Amino acid sequence: MNNKHVAVIGGGIAGMEAASVLARQGLKVTLIEKQANTGGKLNDWDHLFPDFSSPDELVNSLANKTKDSGVNTVCNTEISRIERNGKRFELRANQDVRFFADAVLVASGFNVFDATIKEEYGYGLFGNVITSVDFEKRMKKHGQLHTIQGTAPKRVAIIHCVGSRDAKVGNTYCSKVCCITGIKQAIEISEMLPDCEVFCFYMDLRLYGSKFDSLYLQAQKRHKIQFIRGRLSEAAERADKSIQIKAEDTLQGRPLRMTVDMVILLVGMEPGVSTSQLIQKNQMTVDENGFLKSANMHCARNQSTQEGIFMTGTAICPMAVNETLENARSAATEIIHFFENRRP
Amino acid sequence: MNDLSFLKPASRQIDFDNFDDRLLLYVLKYEPSFFTCISCGGCTATCSAGNLTNFNVRKIGLWLRRGETEKLSEEIQKCMFCGKCTLVCPRDINIRNVILLIKKRIAMLKNENTTA
Ligand SMILES: Cc1cc2nc3c(=O)[nH]c(=O)nc-3n(C[C@H](O)[C@H](O)[C@H](O)COP(=O)(O)OP(=O)(O)OC[C@H]3O[C@@H](n4cnc5c(N)ncnc54)[C@H](O)[C@@H]3O)c2cc1C
Ligand code: SF4
Ligand code: SF4
Ligand code: SF4
Repeated sequence: MNNKHVAVIGGGIAGMEAASVLARQGLKVTLIEKQANTGGKLNDWDHLFPDFSSPDELVNSLANKTKDSGVNTVCNTEISRIERNGKRFELRANQDVRFFADAVLVASGFNVFDATIKEEYGYGLFGNVITSVDFEKRMKKHGQLHTIQGTAPKRVAIIHCVGSRDAKVGNTYCSKVCCITGIKQAIEISEMLPDCEVFCFYMDLRLYGSKFDSLYLQAQKRHKIQFIRGRLSEAAERADKSIQIKAEDTLQGRPLRMTVDMVILLVGMEPGVSTSQLIQKNQMTVDENGFLKSANMHCARNQSTQEGIFMTGTAICPMAVNETLENARSAATEIIHFFENRRP
Repeated sequence: MNDLSFLKPASRQIDFDNFDDRLLLYVLKYEPSFFTCISCGGCTATCSAGNLTNFNVRKIGLWLRRGETEKLSEEIQKCMFCGKCTLVCPRDINIRNVILLIKKRIAMLKNENTTA
């Protein structure tokens, strides 16, 4: 097995974790990342739910693990094709660079929903409508939240399910992590600006993680975050740049209007942009949501529909960090079994 | 005149044992998407009629699914058939058509009732 070569496409946390596990088992591993650095989306996040830990620390420790285990990391290289050649695979990058491998692990991650598509919410049109991704980036860069007028917001509305569970944009699935991201961000706003009122507008609160409901409780108890069950129908900018939003308070059964200083849209997770390229020239397929399809949903989650190509992390479906890392270790195990069971 | 109390006796409880499905089955036949409603309230929030009167289009659907038909015939008169509700629905339900179908079916039932 030791002379076998695995190519890992995507140096987010999924690719990094799987690569280091495989390398520690003695396999030759190349980790290929299109950006200048590994770490993926976590490089943009300021703090992680549910424990407010540092994504940078996590990424650094994963980078050290990949380095120490002997993974060959190649950055600034985007893979556009995986071609099967007998029992081996040939990977092509844009700049005429090629890689050869006995097994491939696709860890190409997810794409953030483009909120300008939901025009009625005014993202890109109204300066005080931002996304959860903008929130993380701003907090990481400036450590504070301002309206475009430069004032501290006194009232913020956080909108759930933007680009998820919405037939109008073609995504009917739930992105899983945005409910808890909204609660985390609501708590952060309230800690930073104790006088600021924060409202979450939700259709269902999906707090599936073992520690997620206690964060919800904390948001209500300690931070007085208010939860309103109703889907935002539209947002409009007023002369003073504040935003007027409309929803139904479905528990009251009456339409509701509210003026807020800022709106935060909890954008969902979509299939990665390179997914459609990567499934060409091989037998990989996508599922009904456009994410990479597993050979078996239960017992071969990390196997693609092409023998020898595996996948991990949010290239399969929306996942939080801990699930992504567990999934990466499971992918590594499946690859090791694949080589063990294969006749030379 | 618009009283549909003949469809169901008045009660505080939602009575699934005496479920009047004559309107519901008709609507579902011609607009099956209607059953996928998740009561998000997007339609009510944007509804032209609902912002002027106490009309609540989401509740119309809910009453229909619960077989609570007695209030419907009067309520749906408030709809202006502008179609805004249909534009925002995350389940892509043709809500305007649901209201139309309810209207149609009530007229049919009334007819049966008077000719019977
Ligand atoms: C707004 C938001 C906030 C979040 N906050 C949290 C949180 O607080 N806690 C938590 O647990 N989870 C959080 N998540 C989820 C978390 O971001 C994911 O679990 C994590 O990023 C998944 O890692 P990944 O490696 O699967 O994908 P990614 O992070 O998307 O990494 C994929 C990598 O692959 C690279 N790549 C893609 N295609 C190619 C190609 N063709 N060739 C080469 N490289 C390629 C990309 O450049 C990227 O570096 C959040 C998600 C969102 C949307
Ligand atoms: S996690 Fe919550 S906000 Fe995100 S899509 Fe699911 S229900 Fe909507
Ligand atoms: S917008 Fe659609 S899903 Fe939401 S309550 Fe109205 S009919 Fe139901
Ligand atoms: S069609 Fe009727 S129910 Fe729909 S938004 Fe217009 S008035 Fe309201």
